Amino acid sequence: MLSQLLLGLVNGAFYAMLSLGLAVIFGLLNVINFAHGALFMLGALLAWAGMEYAGLNYWVMLALSPIIVGVLGVIIEKSMLRWIYKLDHIYGLLLTLGITLVIEGVFRSIYGVSGLPYSPPDALQGATDLGFMILPNYRAWVVVASLVVCFATWFVIEKTKLGAYLRAGTENPKMVEAFGVNVPLMVTLTYGFGVALAAFAGVLAAPVIQVSPLMGQNLIIVVFAVVVIGGMGSIMGSILTGLGLGVIEGLTKVFYPEASATVVFFIMVIVLLLRPAGLFGREK
Amino acid sequence: MKMTRLAVAVAATVLGAVSTGASAQVSGDTVKIGYITDLSGLYADIDGPGGLEAVKMAIEDHGGKVLGKPIELMSADHQNKADIAASKAREWMDQQGLDLLVGGTNSGTALAMNKVASEKKRVYINIGAGTARLTNEECSPYTVHYAYDTVALAKGTGSAVVKQGGKSWFFLTADYAFGHSLETDTAAVVKANGGTVVGTVRHPLSASDFSSFLLQAQASKAQILGLANAGGDTINSIKAAKEFGITKNMKIAGLLMFINDVHSLGLKNTEGLLMTDSWYWDMNDDTRKWANRFFGKMKKMPSSLQAADYSAVSTYLKAVETAKTDDPDKVMAELKKMKINDFYNKGQIRADGRNIHDMYLMQVKAPAESKKPWDYLKVVATIPGDQAFTTVAESKCAMLKK
Amino acid sequence: MSGQTGQTAVPVSTGTIRNGAGVQKKVLYGLLLLGLIVAPMAGAYPVFVLKVMCFALFACAFNLLIGFTGLLSFGHAAFFGGAGYAAGHAMKVWGVTPEVGLILGTLTGAGIGYVVGSLAIRRQGIYFSMITLALAQMLFFICLQAPFTGGEDGLQGIPRGKLFGVLSLSEDITLYYVALAIIVAAFALIVRTVHSPFGQILKAIKENEPRAISLGYDVDRFKLLAFVISAALSGLAGSIKALVLGFGTLTDVHWSMSGSVILMTLVGGLGTLSGPIVGAFVVVALENKLGDIGSFLANLTGISWFNALGESVTMVTGIIFVICVLTFRRGIMGELIALTSRKK
Repeated sequence: MLSQLLLGLVNGAFYAMLSLGLAVIFGLLNVINFAHGALFMLGALLAWAGMEYAGLNYWVMLALSPIIVGVLGVIIEKSMLRWIYKLDHIYGLLLTLGITLVIEGVFRSIYGVSGLPYSPPDALQGATDLGFMILPNYRAWVVVASLVVCFATWFVIEKTKLGAYLRAGTENPKMVEAFGVNVPLMVTLTYGFGVALAAFAGVLAAPVIQVSPLMGQNLIIVVFAVVVIGGMGSIMGSILTGLGLGVIEGLTKVFYPEASATVVFFIMVIVLLLRPAGLFGREK
Repeated sequence: MKMTRLAVAVAATVLGAVSTGASAQVSGDTVKIGYITDLSGLYADIDGPGGLEAVKMAIEDHGGKVLGKPIELMSADHQNKADIAASKAREWMDQQGLDLLVGGTNSGTALAMNKVASEKKRVYINIGAGTARLTNEECSPYTVHYAYDTVALAKGTGSAVVKQGGKSWFFLTADYAFGHSLETDTAAVVKANGGTVVGTVRHPLSASDFSSFLLQAQASKAQILGLANAGGDTINSIKAAKEFGITKNMKIAGLLMFINDVHSLGLKNTEGLLMTDSWYWDMNDDTRKWANRFFGKMKKMPSSLQAADYSAVSTYLKAVETAKTDDPDKVMAELKKMKINDFYNKGQIRADGRNIHDMYLMQVKAPAESKKPWDYLKVVATIPGDQAFTTVAESKCAMLKK
Repeated sequence: MSGQTGQTAVPVSTGTIRNGAGVQKKVLYGLLLLGLIVAPMAGAYPVFVLKVMCFALFACAFNLLIGFTGLLSFGHAAFFGGAGYAAGHAMKVWGVTPEVGLILGTLTGAGIGYVVGSLAIRRQGIYFSMITLALAQMLFFICLQAPFTGGEDGLQGIPRGKLFGVLSLSEDITLYYVALAIIVAAFALIVRTVHSPFGQILKAIKENEPRAISLGYDVDRFKLLAFVISAALSGLAGSIKALVLGFGTLTDVHWSMSGSVILMTLVGGLGTLSGPIVGAFVVVALENKLGDIGSFLANLTGISWFNALGESVTMVTGIIFVICVLTFRRGIMGELIALTSRKK
């Protein structure tokens, strides 16, 4: 039981990491970034490609992959997203859905669907005997890395001046611009940062989940649910919900395993009915 | 004079009609072959475009013609949607005079196409789908199930592994009809051979993380971990099993696996794994010859399904030649009479449409044992055809119960 | 959607209610109907046309909700597929005649719609949408587990039966005209609903919900009614499809089907009456014929790469999504209508 809870926490940290980028983008840009799954996949794919074509190891790709995807995000934002900010949410969703299909389709036709092999870095191979279970070292690292990045992001956005500009810039761009802050640039960089987070999660995932063009598809819906349950504008909300959901899912896997993929939706309905804006969200 | 010429013309026409009646009859003057499978989704690697290439090779090798008439090939991607598969099959049969429907992966689409083919009375050979229903509850006089089915996999892996000493089993099953039937069939065979099923856990389809299910498997202390799932789920299960050190105390039996899965996981992750398949490229000179031809075109070694695609189409064309017609009833009669002997199999198609041939239990080599690219498997045991597939007594097909 | 943002970001084509354009519209619809009636005789493949029409009805029913009431449902596949299973089961296992099967399917769609709608309408905007998605996923799970759906093998072998016990539907042509009649009637119902006082209130709710409330309308009741009608007609579409094709599978209740219908409506034109029909045609043709289109283009231009187009349905779909949202926002019909009304 304890081992299952720990595993749930490991998964939860991963969900938190993945939903963080989505929450940042929604909270600050008001865009529902459906492309998150595809960019997550791209992060993992780049890690593999770095190793395969350039012999770059895991640690290098952990830093490089998010940067590359971040730049791609900036390009997407500048060329496509900024036209739809004033419109209803649905357009952002549909646009990013379209982008997802294109990215997945392209890579699928190049690399096929079976996936590409990727191993954990040597330093993290092997497992530690915790007494009640054997935990692979790599999974422990995933938890640590996720939590560190999550809380660092939260800190920057909620507690620093830069974060304050970002938040103000979304609520009242004209006012903030009047103060001399370059709001469009901020927005662009925020999107880039959000997708860089997705890519980072992708590199973290590459040794664990088979790197394939479709790897983002199954996760994206769950991550969405996490963000919605946590409250769509709230960073801390998605972090805590991600962790909590990982644990609940872990327990479901013990008692009613078949439903472990659906339990998140069940929770989503209940939460939305009881707390309109999610657990930690503010009704916009 | 005009009368004579007219008379000659009439006579010639009549003679011509009579003579074509006596010799080969090909409907619509072409033999049309339609190939419907998953070309771009989950199963695209094991069958997909590679299978299409194999079919093309078969047609080419037959000379592009049968009974002196050209062969036309059409293909479609059913995108794992039964809607599209059945509609395309129906349309080709109604509007294009389709003679042979070759069906690929995905059981739902296979069953839907089966219904269309039996309604329209056209020859349907399915290669990629696993559902044994095609030759049991849904059997039809026009359907051939060519390569493998879940029963063969279950009997193959189940009995052979138990005979090798793997007596206690734990199943990790994908929670859908295919996974359930794979588990049930294999469990029955395991028990019939003196083994035990210690436990089972069902995971949702396309789960990304298997760690929690694998821990449950480990806690059961069974000798064998049976993976009753497919595709991405199997791959992720194996990866996680290696990661959590499951493979130290348990052997993994992949109940539905293809060489492509091993290729994408790498030998480090899969060594020692047991799987049943109908064919392997490196078994003998004939298989290697064909496989290298395939490799030249696709840059990867063929899976058993792709080899079966070639064999099925080639066999069909031979049947048409022998029957001297492409009339579905006569061709089906010929298909069930002929003894198939090619690089893919020595097979015999039974009255219920089931192609009976040997299956092979194979084991994944250790990295050190692998001497060349794609040198992944070694054959550990051969399961004779009459033991591998559903027996006549067990069959639920009405056609066998005469 | 309603009242969340101050702007009506989703355009409503006013050309549909102005009487001046009415005659032109009627002529066009008449032509379309005529085309559909003669299509089988002109060589069109009846089953394919029927498939398109089922999806057209589905998209029109969906559009009733998004285009005219401003509610975006992410889970419409639940009504479409759920009703398909119900109707199929009734016709196959209980042996009811087709018209009873269709009625049962429609009622199933309405019933599921009532449950989902009552829960979802309590919330606004994106939360409304997410509740519909979550409930649809739960229905998917139920369909996956329930033995009668056949899981991923699908519910196969649904008989076509005899309409009212007398008219055999096994011939494609007979079924074609029967189904055409039903779908046309359903479409007419949608048109009437949109133009009725009820439809006006829905539009008012979409454009400014607080104002509608202040005018004394029980907004929630109207939304729920619109939801149920949309679900019922989606159910009818799903049931007809099950009857025509003879099977129902999990694809029909999967979230990608919900996404498909959103795409159809978007491409065709949100908030127009004819848009979803055009959109459905484009999307279904794409899925089924992309391979043929690819070969055609390859032969035309001599570029052999086009032959591989058949394998890239998702990619092409994605590109269309992107282009539609960025440049073609009003959809094909929306843009056409805007063009013609500007010319006046």
